[in-house]
Amino acid sequence: MKAANALKDRKKMNSNTTLLLITIVLFVLLYAAGCVAYANKGFTTVQTFLNIFRSNAGLICVACGMTCVMLTGGIDISVGSLIAMDCMIIAFGLNNWGWASAPTIILLVLAIGIVFGLVQGFCVGYLEIQPFIVTMAGMFFARGMTAVISTDQLSITAEADQIFYDMANFRIYLPFGGTVNRAGKVIMPYVGIGVVIALVVLVVIFLMLRYTKFGRSLYAVGGSEQSAAMMGLDVKKTKMKAYILSSFLCSIGGICYCMNTMSASVNQATGLEMDAIASSVIGGTLLTGGVGNVIGTLFGVLINGTISSIVQFNGKLASSWPNVLTAALLCFFIILQSIFAKIKDKNK
Amino acid sequence: MSKLKKLTKQQLFLPIFCMLLVLCVNIVYDVSQGRDFYDFFKIYIQNEALNGRIINILNRGSEVAILAIGMTLVVSASAGTDISVGSVMALSAGVCCTLLAGPAAPQATELAVPLIVGVLAALIMGCICGAFNGALVAYLNIQPMVATLILWTAARAIGLLVCNNLIVYVRNDSFAVFGGYIGPVPTPIIIAAICVAAVTAVLKMSAMGMYIQSVGINRKASRIAGLNSQKIIFLCYVLCGLCAGIAGLVASSRITSADTNNIGLNYELDAILAVALGGNSLAGGRFNLAGSIIGAYTIQAITTTMYNLGVSSAVNPVFKAVIVIIIVAVQAPPVKAYFKKMSAKKQAEKEVKGAVGV
Repeated sequence: MKAANALKDRKKMNSNTTLLLITIVLFVLLYAAGCVAYANKGFTTVQTFLNIFRSNAGLICVACGMTCVMLTGGIDISVGSLIAMDCMIIAFGLNNWGWASAPTIILLVLAIGIVFGLVQGFCVGYLEIQPFIVTMAGMFFARGMTAVISTDQLSITAEADQIFYDMANFRIYLPFGGTVNRAGKVIMPYVGIGVVIALVVLVVIFLMLRYTKFGRSLYAVGGSEQSAAMMGLDVKKTKMKAYILSSFLCSIGGICYCMNTMSASVNQATGLEMDAIASSVIGGTLLTGGVGNVIGTLFGVLINGTISSIVQFNGKLASSWPNVLTAALLCFFIILQSIFAKIKDKNK
Repeated sequence: MSKLKKLTKQQLFLPIFCMLLVLCVNIVYDVSQGRDFYDFFKIYIQNEALNGRIINILNRGSEVAILAIGMTLVVSASAGTDISVGSVMALSAGVCCTLLAGPAAPQATELAVPLIVGVLAALIMGCICGAFNGALVAYLNIQPMVATLILWTAARAIGLLVCNNLIVYVRNDSFAVFGGYIGPVPTPIIIAAICVAAVTAVLKMSAMGMYIQSVGINRKASRIAGLNSQKIIFLCYVLCGLCAGIAGLVASSRITSADTNNIGLNYELDAILAVALGGNSLAGGRFNLAGSIIGAYTIQAITTTMYNLGVSSAVNPVFKAVIVIIIVAVQAPPVKAYFKKMSAKKQAEKEVKGAVGV
């Protein structure tokens, strides 16, 4: 009985749950503030909420990969550039390569993601180079390669590829929450394929982290590399797999992102790595590794999306405000984490 | 064989070797284009200013050289890099130009405030950013790269807010002097030289250099030995911010405007590359400032050579990224261990052969 109580207390005291709770409360508060301030502009509709998912479908995939990497105590800042490269390959390929069609180009992009992750993972896992340096080099490499492919602003039209165009514009209507427009017609809220892909990725990664051997070993490696090695885990291999997974999910994210924007340019998705990292950290993933959860990451992404849609609804704020606010939130949560870590140290 | 080994063991071997390699590429290219082989080294006076490719490299490489000073100290003291320097450059340039332009922004020809105010504002802005990074790293024990990640995006975004999303022009001769010429000599070269001289003097005259190295090698041991580790790391970051401020000032003066979107873009990679090229370990500890400076100019030489060969500026990062990975991979412990094992194996084989011969 006493032991059970102690366990209960420990669960209560768990700072990680507190962080996740803070995140959820913050999201609810932010969204409520948006609803109160812009109720007359239609912030309260179901579609507005779904739009956060629609415009951030890519980010959800990327942030899931980022969470996996951060669980091992690493970081991957190449994701933004990799998305730019993916979009460029899709747009340029569909426009210019004769053999390219939606399925082949998607397979190509996924394959490139795996190879990219393999190289980065090898450098981090087996060569023991700091993840930041490796992925920063990867970031500049991918951005440069984007420029090698093309420096133009490309867009994907129906003429370029009908299948991809249809996929991007396919709408899945929800059976509830419709709004009546001026003509008196009921418009049902809808989501695109990207959102479905993102949610599937989220669920798969959630289950993987919770129930598979690989998922548990990610936590083990992040918690303590030495102990993980002593338990008989292949630390190097686990790390490499984490980076492969991150780049692969990033490629899936890139496809979702491309479906949303239907265009490509060299400067696309700059700073997306920051959003992904911020989402993970805000969602309670510790930068030191070993603690984290994709559910928290989802809320991190939603907070990000809410901030940008509030800025959008306001219409007068400068476009750099979301960046500043995200950085401020990131700073707040990083400091919070370090304070919690200090308290934990003291309790020991 | 042993002499060659001794040579490659020298700390300045890597940067000087790379520099020579770049020079060779240039000379070969010049000769193949039918120019004199000494074309690269020609220095001449054009429009009352020194000119020539060497001068050009020294001039354009000043910003990276200034950044490399701060970056070297940060890497040495905290075993991490400050990736916010490029954005901080943009922010200080934005603050400086906005102050100087005053109400006439974004197109000013007259200075609204004395020049010194704008310059000081840029430097102080750099120091504030450095202090922010330093406080996070030194006092809150956050990984350096994660801490500086905050300003990496925020500083440029704040810079855009300061400039109101515009490019602020300050077309005034007194402001243009930092990126222009004093007499025949380009000012950035002079500024970089002063910075290097000042930091070298401080490091040599005081025990600061040793303190930084000792904190980098073992933070706990240094604290037990009586050093204020936190304060030293904090100071290194402030200095790095100051360097970024100076570099931002030079960069904005060069184009007499604050183009917040583009100033200092990708400079963090150049600065880190300079430190790595200079033979400094990115894992902290011992550092060699001279190596970093030579590394910085080598990078500029690489960039200039690329332009010379007709490679577009957008493609440049690809090569730099590959170079960074190669340099860091060669320094990586497992690779070093592998080479050691290989040479030991060779040695053993030799000995066995010798024994059989006897």
